[in-house]
Amino acid sequence: MSSVDAAATGDALPSDVDIVARLRARDEAMFATLIDRWSPGMLRAARAFVSDEHAAQDVVQETWLGVVRGIDGFQARASLRTWVYRILINRAKTRGVRDARVVPVSSLVTADEDLGPTVDPERFRGPDDPHPGHWRVHPAAWPSPEDGAVARETRRRLTAALAELPARQRIVVTLRDVEGYTGEEVCELLNLTAANQRVLLHRGRAALRAALETYLTSGALA
Amino acid sequence: MNCDEFVELVTAYLEGALDEATAQRFVAHLAECGGCDRYLDQMQRTIGELGHLTAESLTPEARDRLLSVFRDWNG
Ligand SMILES: [Zn+2]
Repeated sequence: MSSVDAAATGDALPSDVDIVARLRARDEAMFATLIDRWSPGMLRAARAFVSDEHAAQDVVQETWLGVVRGIDGFQARASLRTWVYRILINRAKTRGVRDARVVPVSSLVTADEDLGPTVDPERFRGPDDPHPGHWRVHPAAWPSPEDGAVARETRRRLTAALAELPARQRIVVTLRDVEGYTGEEVCELLNLTAANQRVLLHRGRAALRAALETYLTSGALA
Repeated sequence: MNCDEFVELVTAYLEGALDEATAQRFVAHLAECGGCDRYLDQMQRTIGELGHLTAESLTPEARDRLLSVFRDWNG
């Protein structure tokens, strides 16, 4: 389980061993707790693969049904949460293909969208300048996040920009920065090399920073 | 290190994935470049905001259905 998960949801869950034993004993309260804790994150992860909220709801329900069917056979080779997410990603991929939102996670090799600079080269001085490769103008400061309306709008824009990312970047950023998975977990879940995972994460983050910059320095806030 | 190289190394730096020599050049540049210092800060703020996106929940109907399936399950 990731550190973010425990921090965001109050009381720590019991250990995997306890949870699994209680689910196998058909402890409904345990199952309800797990559904309530993990479904929000699962919905968001599912949205990285499928086209709309309705499809994401279906995927998460199917995943929990898969958990019910599979819990007796669960072998603790991975954490319980990783196992659940593996089921989720399989269901989500199937659903994503059906919805024609095909995410080529199985072929996570370098694509065009993963090449080239992540910051507009025009923002840096050219080769004839005494300081080539340095900022022409430093990035503008962002307002402090104290204003509640700005904070809400920032999150709305960030959500929208995340949805616009190329699929593989969106999935990696969602799992890493929204859900709090470690790089190792994401590599294992998506069958990525560490270097590939980092490239996708960096490109996604840089695009999202640029989206926030557009909003936060647009002058509309002054 | 130039700024256009720095901005491409931010995630590798935050992940501790830079080799020692590159990490030292990265930090040395950070110490002397206000623009890159701000860029790094804004990347971290972006990452922080991502961790605060609000989550949706399973519909109550779906939750009830799952609990009833669980109750009736005799695998
Ligand atoms: Zn710089």
